[in-house]
Amino acid sequence: MGARSNMPLIEVSDLGVRLNTGRGPAQAVRGVSFSLERGETLGLVGESGCGKSVTALSLMGLLPDSAAVTGSIKLDGEELVGLSDADYCRLRGNRISMIFQEPMTALNPMHTIGHQVAEPLRRHKKVSAAQARKEAIALLDRVGLPDPARRVDAYPHQFSGGQRQRITIAMALACEPDLLIADEPTTALDVTIQGQILDLIADLVEERGMSMILISHDLGVIAENVQRMMVMYGGTVVESGPTDEVFRRMGHPYTQGLFRARPKLGARKGTRLKTISGTVPELADLPSGCTFSDRCPLVIDRCRAALPPMVDVGPGHLVRCIRTDMSMAERVGALTA
Amino acid sequence: MSVFVLRRLLTLLATLVGASLIIFLVLDALPGNAAQMLMGADASADAVRALTVKLGLDQPLAVRYLHWTKGLLVGDLGNSYAYGTPVAGLIAERLMLTIPLAIMAMTITVTLALSAGIYTAANHNKLGDVGVMSLTQVGIALPNFWFAILLVLLFSVRLQWLSAGGFAGWDDGIWLGVKSLLLPAISLAVVQAAILARVTRSAVLEVLREDFVRTARAKGLGKREVLWSHVLRNAMIPVMTVMGLQFANLLAGTIVIENVFYLPGLGRLIFQSIANRDLIVVRNCVMLLAAMVVIVNFVVDVLYAFIDPRIKVHDL
Repeated sequence: MGARSNMPLIEVSDLGVRLNTGRGPAQAVRGVSFSLERGETLGLVGESGCGKSVTALSLMGLLPDSAAVTGSIKLDGEELVGLSDADYCRLRGNRISMIFQEPMTALNPMHTIGHQVAEPLRRHKKVSAAQARKEAIALLDRVGLPDPARRVDAYPHQFSGGQRQRITIAMALACEPDLLIADEPTTALDVTIQGQILDLIADLVEERGMSMILISHDLGVIAENVQRMMVMYGGTVVESGPTDEVFRRMGHPYTQGLFRARPKLGARKGTRLKTISGTVPELADLPSGCTFSDRCPLVIDRCRAALPPMVDVGPGHLVRCIRTDMSMAERVGALTA
Repeated sequence: MSVFVLRRLLTLLATLVGASLIIFLVLDALPGNAAQMLMGADASADAVRALTVKLGLDQPLAVRYLHWTKGLLVGDLGNSYAYGTPVAGLIAERLMLTIPLAIMAMTITVTLALSAGIYTAANHNKLGDVGVMSLTQVGIALPNFWFAILLVLLFSVRLQWLSAGGFAGWDDGIWLGVKSLLLPAISLAVVQAAILARVTRSAVLEVLREDFVRTARAKGLGKREVLWSHVLRNAMIPVMTVMGLQFANLLAGTIVIENVFYLPGLGRLIFQSIANRDLIVVRNCVMLLAAMVVIVNFVVDVLYAFIDPRIKVHDL
């Protein structure tokens, strides 16, 4: 136990994931490295297909059988890459939990919610059915489900989307995990509910001292909910650092474009949203060199030659770009050209 | 739940009344005189008229329909024109064979199909999956009477374990009866099992792709646990639909196999009655088959609601 204190909870180094897609093998994730301390929160931002969910699923060991994972993922120093499924089952839902995007389909329609919330307790803590039920009711109460003692025997279809997401959160928290991975937990919900769910997650993370990886395509969600962030593009991390620092001095042209592309309150009616020109590259056929080179306004020949190294641009702030002198100097306007 | 069952029961009764009307109209009200048909074209007009009165065919349609349906309710179906014995007795005797045969064939079907379907889905795209699925392809392509003949050649002619045909009845013990129905049941089951196995496989594969399967895995359940506790119940709805259809088919549509094995089943009774122009037997047999199909569907509907909590609430 003594060794634990000076060791990061999660240490990922040079993670690579190769998936077999319909268009042939694709390197969905490459060279991803990060570490996460106990109680620390990390955000993963990027467009669909940038590899953020694949990264999360590789931490959970839930990638399809055909996926090949390279590199290293360590939980409290224990290597997870190559772990047998039986050993992984002991960690999932117990020390690492995950909340998924679609609360409407993430629950089994045939089982009562009480049964589903109690399942990880029954499995990992070996508690009796009666005890698991009691704890399930307490968990449902904690996540703010109204009248949990009565509704514990109800089925998922009897709840709204927001309530169902509360139920999946209760499920993920049942065994008090060290790490919570939330993959777009509010994307499928009404805007009015989104804030409530994010607040609930933030409260629980703080209350239980959990670490959290929050995945989102929404910069606003990331800005408000995590201490550190990583921006992913084309399967690589293009920028990482403390959230405040990254938002203050965005270094990568892609991060800047993403920031510019968000809708703004108070914009004049009829103002078009800014976009990043070009399309997200197919993972099966990424450009050699910088993954963003085909769409980058600052691209030069050297960008296409090799994947740029991570450049240190501030305290803990890394940018995978060889043109930070340009991008960070004339941040305003670099992409409008 | 009880409201759901009650509503389904009312639908069942309405369907039965509708079926009885159609059967009665098709067989009794359409042009043609049953008495004339029975006595042949050469019979004298007086004799035909006498038979018409004797059979009650001179009564108005409505009276005859009510008379028949009243008989259905109390079990008095009248006498067969051809045998002169009560129709109810004739049918009951045949059901003693047809129902056990259907149950045996269905048991074999379900056992084979569920194990094959679940096994192949759990080993999707692996060697076992491809192998078993090729076998089911062969099973579907087999004509069951031909397969029945092969079984007879092997088990009756070559090995002499089982008799080649006939039905021993239930008087000399259950085992003898079961033994004489074994080959027919297997012949009926093989083709059905092949179809049901494929239905099961695709239903399980479909559910395996659902989000809640990933949720269950994320809770730390192993693949096998997820399959048994989360997937199968969800996959049962389409499987049960096909099972219901197959069971109904086993009750009514086994005449070919009955002929191969010389079995006095319901199918043969209907076939012979049609040949004998024994309309009263035909009418009651068809009504019975309709009733059995409707009842099987009713049972499947109730089972749906038992398995899937969404159905009860939806229909309340």
